[in-house]
Amino acid sequence: MNKLLLSLAMLGLLAGCVTINIYFPAAAAEKAADKIIDEVWQLKQPQGGDAAKPAGQPVQSKGEDKP
Amino acid sequence: MNRLIRLFAAGALALASTSVLAAADLQINTPAIQQIRQDLHNHFHDLREYLASGAVGLTWDGMLAVRDASLIPLDQRQAVSALVADDNQDRHALYREIARANGHPEWEQEVRDTFAQRWIERARPGWWYQKPNGAWVQK
Repeated sequence: MNKLLLSLAMLGLLAGCVTINIYFPAAAAEKAADKIIDEVWQLKQPQGGDAAKPAGQPVQSKGEDKP
Repeated sequence: MNRLIRLFAAGALALASTSVLAAADLQINTPAIQQIRQDLHNHFHDLREYLASGAVGLTWDGMLAVRDASLIPLDQRQAVSALVADDNQDRHALYREIARANGHPEWEQEVRDTFAQRWIERARPGWWYQKPNGAWVQK
């Protein structure tokens, strides 16, 4: 019985350590940051390719005659 | 004794699974974060020429700042500084929301530090960024 209590206490202690010691996932954060930065600054061409046009106005020559 | 060993095994397993969880990707796809990403992207469309001219720069703490207002035509100055303020609000919200979405609001500062470093690292040649001592440097 004593042994069981002791082991439970140890387990509790271990669980406590786990909770306290959750570290900041620096590598995952960098990866997340790079993904968002790529998207915000469009350093990478998006798959569609559409959103990555240069700043100029795309010239459409569809021959739409406006009255 | 057997029971003790089993208990420790369970504990070790819990520890291992926690480590795995911590090594996984960060959650950056909540609706709130998606909205901020979109906003930041839209702001960049308007801000890029000022970043390129050096009127606006990247601060050491993950924000934007009007670095040299004299490079902005007088009639645009107010609009640019409003845009920078708007963008900074979104940046602030981004760091806070990422920390919160991952169950650790207390990570906000570390998220911000990580971003600050990456924004500068990935800045384009010619853009200006700030060092922790406040000095501006051109990439």
